Amino acid sequence: MNTAAQTNILTERQQSVSSASRRSVSCEKESVSGSVSQRACVYCGARVVLNPITDAYHIVHGPIGCASYTWDIRGSLSSGSEVYRNSYSTDLRETDIVFGGAKKLTAAIAELMEKMSPRPKLIFVYATCIVGVIGDDIEAVCREAEETYGIRVVPVKAPGFSGTKSQGYKLACDAIMTLIAPHTGQAKRFGVNVLGDYNLSGEMWIISGYLKKLGIPVISTITGDASYDKLIRAPSATLNLVQCAGSSEYLAERMEEDFGIPYVKVSFFGIEDTTSSLLRIADALRKPELRALAEEFAARRTEEILPVLAKYRPRLEGKRAAIFVGGGFKAISLIRQFNEIGMKTVMVGTQTGKKAEYEVIETLVGDECVILDDANPAELEKFMQEQGADILVGGVKERPLAYKLGVAFCDHNHERKHPLAGFEGIANFLAEIHRSINSPVWKYVKE
Amino acid sequence: MLDLTPKEVLERTALRINPCKTCQPVGAMYAALGVRRCMPHSHGSQGCCSYHRTVLSRHFKEPAIASSSSFTEGASVFGGRSNINTAAKNVFDMYDPDVIAIHTTCLSETIGDDLGSYIADMEIPEGKTVLYCNTPSYVGSHINGFFNMMIGFINYLTKTTGVKNGKTAVFPGWVNPGDIRELKRIAGLMKLDSIFFPDQSGVLDAPMTGKYEMYPDGGTTREEIAALGDCEAVIALGEIIGIEPSEHLKKKHKVPYTLLPMPVGVAHTDAFVLALQKATKTEVPRELEEERGRLVDLMLDSHQYTSGKKAAIFGDPDVVIGLTSFALETGLIPKYVITGTPKEEVARRVRALLDSYGVTDCTVKANADLFELHQWIKNEPVDLLIGSSYGKQIAKAEDIPFVRAGFPVLDRYGGTLLPVVGYAGGIRLAEKITNALMDRIDRDSSDEDFEVVM
Repeated sequence: MNTAAQTNILTERQQSVSSASRRSVSCEKESVSGSVSQRACVYCGARVVLNPITDAYHIVHGPIGCASYTWDIRGSLSSGSEVYRNSYSTDLRETDIVFGGAKKLTAAIAELMEKMSPRPKLIFVYATCIVGVIGDDIEAVCREAEETYGIRVVPVKAPGFSGTKSQGYKLACDAIMTLIAPHTGQAKRFGVNVLGDYNLSGEMWIISGYLKKLGIPVISTITGDASYDKLIRAPSATLNLVQCAGSSEYLAERMEEDFGIPYVKVSFFGIEDTTSSLLRIADALRKPELRALAEEFAARRTEEILPVLAKYRPRLEGKRAAIFVGGGFKAISLIRQFNEIGMKTVMVGTQTGKKAEYEVIETLVGDECVILDDANPAELEKFMQEQGADILVGGVKERPLAYKLGVAFCDHNHERKHPLAGFEGIANFLAEIHRSINSPVWKYVKE
Repeated sequence: MLDLTPKEVLERTALRINPCKTCQPVGAMYAALGVRRCMPHSHGSQGCCSYHRTVLSRHFKEPAIASSSSFTEGASVFGGRSNINTAAKNVFDMYDPDVIAIHTTCLSETIGDDLGSYIADMEIPEGKTVLYCNTPSYVGSHINGFFNMMIGFINYLTKTTGVKNGKTAVFPGWVNPGDIRELKRIAGLMKLDSIFFPDQSGVLDAPMTGKYEMYPDGGTTREEIAALGDCEAVIALGEIIGIEPSEHLKKKHKVPYTLLPMPVGVAHTDAFVLALQKATKTEVPRELEEERGRLVDLMLDSHQYTSGKKAAIFGDPDVVIGLTSFALETGLIPKYVITGTPKEEVARRVRALLDSYGVTDCTVKANADLFELHQWIKNEPVDLLIGSSYGKQIAKAEDIPFVRAGFPVLDRYGGTLLPVVGYAGGIRLAEKITNALMDRIDRDSSDEDFEVVM
C-alpha cells in the first residue's frame, strides 16, 4: 500500500485494510470512535433477525427512536400474518426514565393482550440502551406476563452499546432457542429448517420451492416468513441449512448441540453456489437418489439460465465490481457471481465478516483487490476510486455515495426490490447491474 | 394487507403503535447538516448514528454523513469522555470538518455525561470548533432535537460586536432543501439581506458532478452563525420549531424576532411576504404578486374537485399547521389532524384555524399515533390522506388517495428538490392534491362516466 493511501486511513484502522502487499484483515472488532462506521448496533442486529417472524408482536422498550427506525424496514415478505409490519413500543418519557419503565412495559403488554386482535401468541420485548441503565427488570416483567396470559413473552436484552451488531444476532438466536427449546419432544421427521434467510422479496419461497422439487420437506423457516406455530416445529427437523452464516450459524451450532440437528452452510447466490448448495444438501440428507435429482435439477436450471448470462456478458464483461455487504459469506457468493459473468472484483468489504471468511475471499480475488473490514465512507470512496470500480454492491447508506462518485449501484440488502437468490435471482441481479452500469444518465455525469 | 387495525377505539396509555414521530437526535443531525463543513456527531451507541443516517439518506436520496462515539459497555459505566476525545481527534484527523456538532442520545443523557466540561477540557485544533447540545430522546420529538441543535450553535458561536449588521436572520425550520431555495428566492425578490440558519440547500440536494464532496458548498457558515448576534431581527418560520431558538437569541443578544407559521398556502405565505416587506420596506414585486395570482387562479379552477372533500392530515407540528391552513383555503375539510410530537400548542393552533373557517366536527390531537388515526378513519372515512410515507399502509388498507408531504418520504423521488412553501409550493400542493382526487375519480369511473374533459 502506498503512503498516500495510508494518510487517509486512521492508524487504528490500518490493520482492517488488506491489499496484495499485506494479505491479512483484522476483523471482529468494535468500531473506532469517530470513524463514520456504516455499522449499526446490538439492538439492530437482534431486531433484523427476529423481525420477519410474522405473527410476533415486537415491543421496543425504550424511547421512541428505536421503534420508529425499525418500523417495516425490511422487505421480508409474509404468506400469513402482517402483525410484524406494525410498530409497537413503550415510547419511554422522562418520568419513566426517572421512576423506571417496568410498569409501563407491563401496562403495554396488558393493552396488547386486551385490545389487539388477533390475540398475541408471541411477544418479543426488546430492551434498548437505557433500559439496562435505569434498571428495569424486563425478564421479570416477561415472566410474569407469560404466567398471566399463558403465551410466550420473550425478553431480548439488546442495549446498543453491549457489543457489535453480531452480538445482536446472537441474542436473537438465543431468543429463538428460548422459544423452541420446550418443543423438543416431537418425533423426528425427514426435512430441513432453513436458517438465516429473511424472505427478502420472497427469496425464502424460491429456496423452499427448489427443496420441494427435490422432495425435501421444509419443516421451519428461521426467520423469513416464520410464524410461531411453524417455528416450534423446528426441533423435529433432520437437517439445518444456514444461508446467512453471519446471523445464524450460532443458532445452527446451538441446535446441533441441544437437538442433535447437523447443519450445512448454503448460499443461493449465483450458479456455482446455488448448485453446490443443492448438492451438499442432498449429500447431507444421506439419500442416494437425492444427489442425482439435485444434479439433474441444477443442470437443467443452469442450462436455462445460460442464455441470460450470454445476453448480459457482452455488456458487463471486464467491468470492475466493488462489494460492501454485511457478512463475509454473501461477499464470497458475490465474488463468484461476478466471476461467472466475466467481471472482476476489485474491492470487497464487509461490516461483520469473520476471519475464516476473509481467508476464503483472499483465495477468490486477484492480487489487485483491496479487502476491508468495517469500512467507513472515506475508505469506500478512496478505494472505489483508486480501484476504478464500475459498480458497488451494498446497502442503503452506500447507494447515494456510490452515485456521487459516478459509480453504479446494486442493493443487495434490505432494499432489494426483486429476489436475488436462486436461478431466478441471477437474472434479476444481472438485469439490475446492467441497468445501473449502462444507464444512459451516466452520459451526463461523465461527459 | 396491513389491515389489522380494529375499528373499535380503545384508549391506550402505555402502548405506542405506529408512531408519528421519532427521537430528538435525528433532528439535531439534520440541523447540523445545514451548517457548512460541519460533522454532526452522535454521542451514544453506534446504532443511533446509523439509524439517523439511514433515514436521512432514504428521505433525501443523498449521503448523510455523521460520526458516532460508538459507546461500549465500558463507556456506559464509566462515561463517554474518552470516547468523545478519541472521536473528536479521529474526526478532525480523518474528515477535517470546521465544526463538530455533538448531540447526546438517551444513553449519554441517562448516564449523565457532561459534554460541556468534556469539550472545555478537550484539545481542539486551531481554528476548529466543537460544540454540543442536549437531545434526550425521551423528551419531545425529533422537532426538539432540531431546535436544540440550533440553540447549541447559538450558545457557542453567536457574537455581538455592538454594531448591527443590517441583516435579517431567517430560521426556515425543518423543511426540505427545495423549500429553502424557494424561501431564499422570495427573500431575494423582496431584497432581504439575509442569513438563513440552518440551510441544508446545497448539502442535501448537492448536484451530481461525478465527484463526491463530504462537505458540499452549502450550509450556513460559522461566520454567518456568529453574525446572528448582530442581526436586526429574526424571522422564524414554524411557530413550534422556531420559538425556542428565537427566544434564545433574543435573550443572548436582544435580537427581536417575528414568529410566523410555516408559509404553506396563501395566507401563511402572505404573512411571510408582509414580514419581509416590513423588514426591507420594499414594494412586493410584480413577479411575486403574479405568482400569488396564479396560485389563487389554480385553486379556483380546481375547487370543484377539492371543496367539501374530507382530508386526514398527519406529520410534524408546523407542517400540519401549514397543511391545515392550505387545506381550508382550498375548501377541503381537515377531518383529522394529528402530530406525534407531544405539544398541545399544535392542537390549539390547528383548532384556531378550523374556528376561523367555521369548520366544526373535526378531530385534532397532538401526541397521537397513526394507529389511532387509522381507527378514526375506519369509523368515519376521509377522501384524502396527507402526510409522510408511513401513511401508505393506511391509504392502501382503506383505499384512500394519498399525497406525500413532510418527513420522512421514503418511497418517492424528487420531492425534496421541490417546495411546498411559498406561492410556488402552493401551486405544487394544489396540483398534487387535485390530481390525487381526480385520479381516483378516473379510476372509479364506470366506462360511461369516464370523461376526457374534467
